[in-house]
Amino acid sequence: MMDNLSLLVQVPVLNIQLLLDGIFVGSIFALAAYGLALVWGVMNVKNLAQGDFVIMGGYIAWWLSIDVNIWIGMPAFNFDFLWISALHISTTAIPFLEFMKPAIHPIFGLPVAVVVMFGFGWFIYITIISRVIGKDMFTSLLATFGLALVISQLLNLAFGPEVQVAESGFEVNSFFDGMVTVANIRFISLILAGLLAAMVITFMKFSRMGQAIRATAQDPRAAKVMGIDTERIYAFTFALNAAICGAAGALISMIWVIQPFFGIAHSIRSFVIVTAAGLGNLPGVIIAGLGLGVAELYSGFVFGAELQQFTVVGLLVAILVWRQIQQSRHRQPVQ
Amino acid sequence: MTAMIEVKDVSKAFGGIIANDKISLEVPEGRVTGLIGPNGSGKTTLFNSIVGYHPIDEGSIKFEGVEISDFRVPKIARLGLLRTFQQTRIYSKMNCVNNMLISVNHRSERFIDLFRDYPPELTEKAEQLLDFVGLYSKRKLISGDLSFGQQKLLEFAMALMNEPRLLLLDEPTAGINPTLINGLIDRLRRAAAEMGVTLFVIEHNMPVIMNLADSIYCLANGRLLAHGSPDEIQSDERVINAYLGGHYTVDD
Amino acid sequence: MTFKQKQLALYGILAVAGIAAPFVFPAYTFQITVMWVMILFAVTWDIMGGQMGYNSLGNIFFFGAGMYTCAIVQIGLYYDVAQYTASYGAIKVDFTPEQYFTGLVLGIIAAALVCVVFAVILAHVVFGLRGPYFAIGTLGVTLSAGELTGAWEYVGGGGGIALPVFPGEPDDRALMFYFMGFGLAVATFLFVKWMFSGRFGLAANAIRDDEEKAEGMGIRTMRVKTTGFAVAAFFLGMSGAVFGNMIGFIEPLEVAFPSVTFGIFMVIMCLLGGKGTLWGPVIGATLFHAFKEVTWTYMLGWQWVMLGGLIIVLVVFFQQGVLGWMQEKWPELFGIEVDEGAIATALAGPEIDERPHRGEAAQ
Repeated sequence: MMDNLSLLVQVPVLNIQLLLDGIFVGSIFALAAYGLALVWGVMNVKNLAQGDFVIMGGYIAWWLSIDVNIWIGMPAFNFDFLWISALHISTTAIPFLEFMKPAIHPIFGLPVAVVVMFGFGWFIYITIISRVIGKDMFTSLLATFGLALVISQLLNLAFGPEVQVAESGFEVNSFFDGMVTVANIRFISLILAGLLAAMVITFMKFSRMGQAIRATAQDPRAAKVMGIDTERIYAFTFALNAAICGAAGALISMIWVIQPFFGIAHSIRSFVIVTAAGLGNLPGVIIAGLGLGVAELYSGFVFGAELQQFTVVGLLVAILVWRQIQQSRHRQPVQ
Repeated sequence: MTAMIEVKDVSKAFGGIIANDKISLEVPEGRVTGLIGPNGSGKTTLFNSIVGYHPIDEGSIKFEGVEISDFRVPKIARLGLLRTFQQTRIYSKMNCVNNMLISVNHRSERFIDLFRDYPPELTEKAEQLLDFVGLYSKRKLISGDLSFGQQKLLEFAMALMNEPRLLLLDEPTAGINPTLINGLIDRLRRAAAEMGVTLFVIEHNMPVIMNLADSIYCLANGRLLAHGSPDEIQSDERVINAYLGGHYTVDD
Repeated sequence: MTFKQKQLALYGILAVAGIAAPFVFPAYTFQITVMWVMILFAVTWDIMGGQMGYNSLGNIFFFGAGMYTCAIVQIGLYYDVAQYTASYGAIKVDFTPEQYFTGLVLGIIAAALVCVVFAVILAHVVFGLRGPYFAIGTLGVTLSAGELTGAWEYVGGGGGIALPVFPGEPDDRALMFYFMGFGLAVATFLFVKWMFSGRFGLAANAIRDDEEKAEGMGIRTMRVKTTGFAVAAFFLGMSGAVFGNMIGFIEPLEVAFPSVTFGIFMVIMCLLGGKGTLWGPVIGATLFHAFKEVTWTYMLGWQWVMLGGLIIVLVVFFQQGVLGWMQEKWPELFGIEVDEGAIATALAGPEIDERPHRGEAAQ
């Protein structure tokens, strides 16, 4: 551990690498966290499936980017239970239709992930979330936890537990005699994340729908009285959040790795960022997101990979404790 | 006549809004003191400052000579200074008797007492007090099922169960059926007289407070406007103006 | 028969069934032992989650802490723990029967006490948090504990520790752990039943219904909450010690701090049976364990999906649980009086709670 620390001091260029990488992943964390802050602020739903939405978006982009033999037909009686088994084809099956799906570059997979996740988010809102809104806050936490379990397990059944990367095939640039390497895709991803964030913010500020969402967030009953269909607003907000997660996931699949069970870590990252920044504090979310990315990479480098995960949860606990101390001076608990 | 509560130059601001501006008042022991003022004049803020819901910006609050402006809610409550809420608050999923039992005084409670049963005389006392407020027949019901007025009475009974030295009542008659108000006033008076509880009451209903209180403080715009007996307050020009929204001046 | 007698008869039947079970179904001794541990989980979770309204997602922390404490005591009494874990498999370690049982008993006691200490310390960290922050905070504590233990070489890190081997026949071993699990579950249930019959129960319920009011009435809420937490920790710690020894091999993420399996099962079991009731957790744990065993046997591969689905269905459609549903249906069975007129007026009045939701004011 001390070796790694002194290495950072002796070879300062390494800091640049860590900082850059931290910013690249941190920008994506911030994107997902913004989505969480949105549903939290607008409909008071704490979505523990946030990270699984991200991973799901990643799998969509990844799946589109590989050659897959699409196969529709009768599974010959070795019931693997459901159509998802179609991805692991059994040889005895009788195909009706079979063709090779062409590989699509993950950058073009991103809009597909956004659209699919938007639809998925709407579906989840109607089937589950609409029924937990307004119940006590633990309910939404538990329901979305169940959802997270289902999503991650289905992904595992469909794609297996291996770690996947959506290959973008772009060049890797080296600086400082190869001490710092940055893949072009990372720059592109950073720009895309910024662009997406700008789009969402513009949408929230200027579109009619965005204004309606903000009005509903402030006072749902008043919004309802003024003729806003709050039910539709909620559905849209949740779907929008899922779409944002889908985009974040597609980016993560390109610059990092995805795996069916990585969702919970992403959920916790989002919670860390939102808790640190507070709701409705956009600059805070961005700074906290980038900060978390950098902190995670530094701790991974200094303490080793085992403690990288701990950094995230440890930070969560630390932030909650710190906020509590801050609030205790005001004779009030953290609410 | 000793002052039970001494509020001195208390100020409290929320952001830029000054809710209480250098308020000084005294609540004498064994009397009923009223606190009136138009909406938003800072009455509830003052209550909250006294019982410890938020810190005050400056000034001092003394309860029986002890400075309590740094204390927190439970500690102040255990000193014997209790309040009821404008929006009635009871333990809505427990039945009335249990609501009463858990409201006993926790002043001298030791750790081991947590695991003890309540003595039967306490249940008896709870039922007597429920009878006193007219809820005896409802004692086994889940309190959340009671009507708003009944919940208000229950909250009052719970406060009495605690045997407070001083009770702060935030609009005791708000939302209560007018036909029941006289009964409530009568019970408040009896509580003060028979149980030795000093009362400090916020009230919007003028006939009620004039009838009930021995002396009245009037707040307006976060400042103390007037103080006097009900008759003096009733005829005070500034008070009338404050209520009618006229232009009033504060003598500085 | 009076109510009291009926109750005693019920307890008698259950006790006899519990004692007879491993002899009647010897093939399922392990399964039934796990069921008793599950019941203990549910009953201890309900102390905070059901009765006090503090929905913890991290109670499983005490299970793991107890497990590791016990292991360290068991091994540390006779060997150097660091050496033992470092040379796992390389050296042969023997525990005489005397050493084994002394270690086990002392380990269980130490587990209980250490967990109580942890609970008191943690109480000061987490009880300032409300609602979702409390749930997430406790989850964070448990996840951190798992990760930290995984990086702690002294106890074997992520590789885990093998616990001393039982000196005897496998059947005797199974029976011994069965009765330990059974005894612990019964002791927990009886203690909780007794604890909630006095002032503690009312104070806990008062905190659940309106903590601010409870503080305003002078209840020492921190003391009540800490006590509840410590009691849960006490029994969970012992259950962890027993469970770890029954499994024989412990490691941080899957066995000791399984926050997303056992940690969530506790909550689900209470919800299923009806939280905030005495028997609800017991019923819920039994039903849940049966459901789990069936899906694990017949739906292998899909069991986790089924489980997630069950959580969603439970939370969305059946929050009151089995017992809560029965109370609503037949309140007189549970000694609850209902005033029909009062309910009618309550329903006619405004249904919306005017008070701000506590969770809503985020900042």
